[in-house]
Amino acid sequence: MTTAIIACGALGPPLREIVDRREWDVEIHLMPALLHNRPHLIAPRAERLASTLQSRGTAVVLAYADCGTYGALDDVCARLHLGRLRGLHCYDVFAGAQQMQQLFDDEPGTYVLTDFLVQSFRRTVLRELGLDKHPELWPDYFANYRRVVWLAQDHSDETEREAMRIAQMFALPLTIRHVGTGSLERELEELINNAQLVGPGADDTEEVSS
Amino acid sequence: MNRDELLKEMYDSTLVGNAPAVLELTRAGLDMGLDPETLLFDALIPSLEEVGARFERGDFFVPEMLIAGRAMAGALDLLRPLLAETGVEPVGKFVMGTVKGDVHDIGKNLVNIMLEGAGFHVIDLGVQVAPERFVEAVREHQPDIVGFSAFLTTTMPMFKANINALQKAGLRDQVIVMVGGAPVTQEYADAVGADGYASDASAAVKLAKDLLMRKRARVLA
Repeated sequence: MTTAIIACGALGPPLREIVDRREWDVEIHLMPALLHNRPHLIAPRAERLASTLQSRGTAVVLAYADCGTYGALDDVCARLHLGRLRGLHCYDVFAGAQQMQQLFDDEPGTYVLTDFLVQSFRRTVLRELGLDKHPELWPDYFANYRRVVWLAQDHSDETEREAMRIAQMFALPLTIRHVGTGSLERELEELINNAQLVGPGADDTEEVSS
Repeated sequence: MNRDELLKEMYDSTLVGNAPAVLELTRAGLDMGLDPETLLFDALIPSLEEVGARFERGDFFVPEMLIAGRAMAGALDLLRPLLAETGVEPVGKFVMGTVKGDVHDIGKNLVNIMLEGAGFHVIDLGVQVAPERFVEAVREHQPDIVGFSAFLTTTMPMFKANINALQKAGLRDQVIVMVGGAPVTQEYADAVGADGYASDASAAVKLAKDLLMRKRARVLA
């Protein structure tokens, strides 16, 4: 049985590293990370891609959390018998929902960065929010934040320097939490192990036990 | 530039968020003898409604909404005292806030601008507003409507906490409760006992007027 992972582009680098290191025989299909700025588009696109892959006899898992779809991805999962990453967003995947809730309970005005966000901040945040052309909008977006927290997966000096620069843009302190990619790896492994073959060929495949 | 040209120019400038031009045209319109209501209802509001429609269609995104909102807010700063001078009573009084634990306010602020544009007197309590602050504000300002905004699924339950606090304070029947925010649905609004839910700023204004009209009709009946 072939298995495909449909993943958010923001998870691309750690996902590829895990798949290569573990020598998993899976296809990786990345969807644009910028869809997070139009989250209503994520579920329909994921569903189209998953349906196409299933029609080719491929088992599919989603390397997405809820990601601002407010249940729409869960509906896709239910319709197509897919598994997805736990939690509301990739912060939950990296740091665990409990730690994230604690961060927000301690300070609701917490702006969270991942490695991907640090490395792509100028493109995925500044440009996408129109701040490159309209810097006057900065307070409209960010005035209520009180601290910046970087969930560091692969801590490098260069990424840390960029995280510091971003915190300086906010004029806020930077907190670094070393979270690694262990929980992402565990969740992916679980998803792949439980992946179901749905559609053509499903009846002939022993792996499908449900 | 004649009246119609000025209003058209104002509409277009608001649509693209050209705040200095909107302000200049507002002044020019007033100098021309146009009344503030004309500038508001024949240029600014229709333009912001078009911004909302384009956002819904996916032609505009948040930055476009924000710069248009800012352009309109600038004009409103100029028009507000003049509208007050004309003795026009506000359509209604609206207390608004983002719920406790939530700092997101982009949507709320856009709704505020639209409400003000539509003639509401808006009292914005800001973000992270605790139930007791809502109660206090309802008691102090006696608004027609109180609006709760939430952007997170984890903070949406505060709607119910706020409604319970109003109930406990004996104020629930005196005020219309509206809720909104990205994760909110009509079903959720119904479940927590809100009187109204709107999915965007434009719909929020229409609903606020509608709910207010119905409330006043009930009082008169």
